[in-house]
Amino acid sequence: MVQLTLPKNSRMTVGKTWPKPEGATNLRKVQVYRWNPDDGKTPQLDTYFIDMDDCGPMVLDALIKIKNEIDPTLTFRRSCREGICGSCAMNIDGINTLACIYGMDEVKGDVKIYPLPHMPVIKDLIPDLTHFYAQHASVMPWLETKTNRPAKEWKQSIDDRKKLDGLYECVMCACCSTSCPSYWWNGDRYLGPAALLHAYRWIIDSRDEATGERLDELEDPFKLYRCHTIMNCAKTCPKGLNPAKAIAHIKGMMVERVV
Amino acid sequence: MAFLTDRKRASGMGSAKTGTEHHWQMMVTSVALLILTPLFIFTFGWILGSPYEEVIAYYQRPFPAVVAILTMLVGFFHYRLGVQTLIEDYVHGFARKAAIIGMICVSYAAAAFAIFAIIRIAL
Repeated sequence: MVQLTLPKNSRMTVGKTWPKPEGATNLRKVQVYRWNPDDGKTPQLDTYFIDMDDCGPMVLDALIKIKNEIDPTLTFRRSCREGICGSCAMNIDGINTLACIYGMDEVKGDVKIYPLPHMPVIKDLIPDLTHFYAQHASVMPWLETKTNRPAKEWKQSIDDRKKLDGLYECVMCACCSTSCPSYWWNGDRYLGPAALLHAYRWIIDSRDEATGERLDELEDPFKLYRCHTIMNCAKTCPKGLNPAKAIAHIKGMMVERVV
Repeated sequence: MAFLTDRKRASGMGSAKTGTEHHWQMMVTSVALLILTPLFIFTFGWILGSPYEEVIAYYQRPFPAVVAILTMLVGFFHYRLGVQTLIEDYVHGFARKAAIIGMICVSYAAAAFAIFAIIRIAL
């Protein structure tokens, strides 16, 4: 049954307020979700003050500044710092996005940072994405062919290649899936927008020869049809992609096969 | 906790190879209701507030009676499909199956009573 309140061990409490930097005039208040599996406490919201005259413009810059200069125990994932790796996905100011391409100036008031919603938390801002990655693997995100491999390459027309635009750019940050209420309630069975976007990317690839098998695997009331076109996925995608549209196309192909 | 691999957990029992029919029926009934609902509102609204004898005479004509019967039939079938989706979304385990059975009984019973009432007036 759907849970309307947080479990007891997930309820937030007020955390530590760290001292303001001395002599700073351009201060910004940043509140960050903290949870450590080893201390036995419930999650807390720690408050930090950042001198914006001595900090980069992005939310990730602020987090790195906190970790380097204020609190080295703060834990989060990051790598490329330019929106390509998808590591620093988190909930900033109520929106799932990548901290490295989300500006501090895009947030009005205090900057509140939480891990991606409705996922098990490993520590602080790090969600457990094991199931999410396994679901991605289950849609066979690779080229499946039956014809003998050509001597050079599998050819593709310019028009067919264009069909992959808006799909191949997905960096698997999980912002979309973790913003989807259907994924919150039935994430164990519903594949979620990210995995389905990748599934569609291979379904419409002109070189792929497993279209039927791929559609067979997706035809399920839970794997595919939990999508109710809520559109949170498209709204939150930091890369500007539209997983809901890809899912609608898959549903259209399903109907095409029977009607 | 069971020692299942991540992939096994994600694949579950595999695809049910169903769901498209439900989706298609939902689309067909939606389109039908798009036409039937304004027709029903128009015919029902036309006679609403009239004396009893006039209403009976009105619903003994084929067009208003057929529109009313189709609206009830398609409406409750659409309701049954929609509420099943809603239950599947929010209710888990045995309660899910029980709720779906109960909801199907209620929707078909409501459709049957509505159609019986209209036929009784019409004939």
